[in-house]
Amino acid sequence: MIRAATPYLAAFRARWQTTMRYRAAALAGFVTQCWWGMINIMIYAAFYHGAQGGAPDGTHGAAGATAPISLHQTVTYVWIMQGTLALMPWGCDPEIADAVRSGAVAHELLRPIDLWWWWSCRATARILGRLVPRALLIVVFSGLVLPLTGLGAWALRPPPSLPDAALFAVSILMGLVLSACIVVLLNIVTVRTFSPAGGNAVITPLALILSGNLLPLALFPGAVQTLLLLQPFAGLGDLPCRFWLGTLHGGRAILALGQQAAWIAALTLAGRASLRRTLHRLEIQGG
Amino acid sequence: MNGFALWRRYARASLSGQTRYPGAFLMQMAGHLATTLMGFAAIWVLFHRFGTVRGWTVGQVALFYGLVNIQFALTETIGYGFERFGDEFLRTGAFDRLLLRPRWSVLQVLGHQFRLRPLARLAQGAAILALGLSMTPVRPLPFTLPMMLWAIAGGVAFFLGVLIGQAALSFRTIESLEIVNVLTYGGVEAGQYPFDLYARWFRQLMTYGIPLGAVSYEPMLAIMGRSPHPMAATLAPAAGFAFLAIMLLYWQAAVRRHASTGS
Repeated sequence: MIRAATPYLAAFRARWQTTMRYRAAALAGFVTQCWWGMINIMIYAAFYHGAQGGAPDGTHGAAGATAPISLHQTVTYVWIMQGTLALMPWGCDPEIADAVRSGAVAHELLRPIDLWWWWSCRATARILGRLVPRALLIVVFSGLVLPLTGLGAWALRPPPSLPDAALFAVSILMGLVLSACIVVLLNIVTVRTFSPAGGNAVITPLALILSGNLLPLALFPGAVQTLLLLQPFAGLGDLPCRFWLGTLHGGRAILALGQQAAWIAALTLAGRASLRRTLHRLEIQGG
Repeated sequence: MNGFALWRRYARASLSGQTRYPGAFLMQMAGHLATTLMGFAAIWVLFHRFGTVRGWTVGQVALFYGLVNIQFALTETIGYGFERFGDEFLRTGAFDRLLLRPRWSVLQVLGHQFRLRPLARLAQGAAILALGLSMTPVRPLPFTLPMMLWAIAGGVAFFLGVLIGQAALSFRTIESLEIVNVLTYGGVEAGQYPFDLYARWFRQLMTYGIPLGAVSYEPMLAIMGRSPHPMAATLAPAAGFAFLAIMLLYWQAAVRRHASTGS
């Protein structure tokens, strides 16, 4: 069992170490995302305070009262989304895209391994390597630095209880797996179409809006809420955020985790099946 | 051949390269259009939920949104060489080759690529601006049209100044500085909303420190006839050109000090 997992762990470790070396990129990402978060928070605060120009301390006027989540919750949501931006499926693994262009993708077939597992380990490690430094920096900034500098109204607030925090941890891990499954699908599309551009151009914007990254899903019109909660991208950000905010309990919590697990299973099966078909009649360019 | 004719020739070569694979090109354009349209979809959803923001209507916000997107899209089209300068010119040593040619370095970097992809952002910016104009009363056309063109010119000058500053900074770091994204993409994000939604320090920083407000918010207020200082607001886009001039001086100084990476 352990012996069988060794190559996949090695792929994971190598990719993780490579990604962790890009410290300047992580720092740049951190600053950009803090800036982005603050602009967004100012805009949400303006909307929540509404036409009445309500008090700036988080209590809100009539307009804010109709929103399903409070301004404080939206602010925390914004910071979680900025902190986990690297969790989004940003596209096909760039090294695999290069391998497809040069024809080196044929080497992948020479390895005595299961390619789906190989690719998903690489994808998970790459996402984690980009995610961990950025997320830590943003938590420190939004959870500690902002309150200490008197900007408590703009700060990230901790989950209301320990079980909520634990559920968040489970849910965000499932989000990570889900994202890796999507990246593997994008790898397969790249192998089939010889270019990463098309698949990336379709999936990245979809993931950004449907995960709630651009705007909390709860603020969308009430009529589409059920649909939004059932689609796969909700598990990348919105559902973990709801656990953090403590708004999912009991049966709804089980349903949310079940939704994530079901999409992971579906995308895994779809990915394995289409990978098998793709490799069956693989065309390779270059030489 | 004069400078402009040379730039046009650069642009033609770049265009024919990008449309060589029309299928992939169209798919990329469609994806980019969808991505940028989502920015306005999010604004629409917020207005649907909250109705109004500090007295601004969705039509008015559409005007700010359209203007800043048009400005940035035009800049991205011509300024891509500066955006990628550290990676594509400095680290590779390609800049040294460019210095051998008897033409101004800025012109040659501008000619590096005439990018078509930002035209998707331009199209959606223009569409949202038109939507905003149909929903919001503005001052009569003889004022609005020249004022809009003047504001767009000032905005392109401002964003180009940011990209040139980014490129000049990369003489020190030998890589493209992503941190400048807070002024480019972050500037677009901030400029999409009226500035009075923002905290005072942010508004002042983005108007006097970095003249984004002077090329987007102030002229648009003048177009809506809501500016408290109409004369100053009409002249404000000039600040974009002043910013560009400062960044060009900085660029010239950086080029003079340039020592090649040698690769």
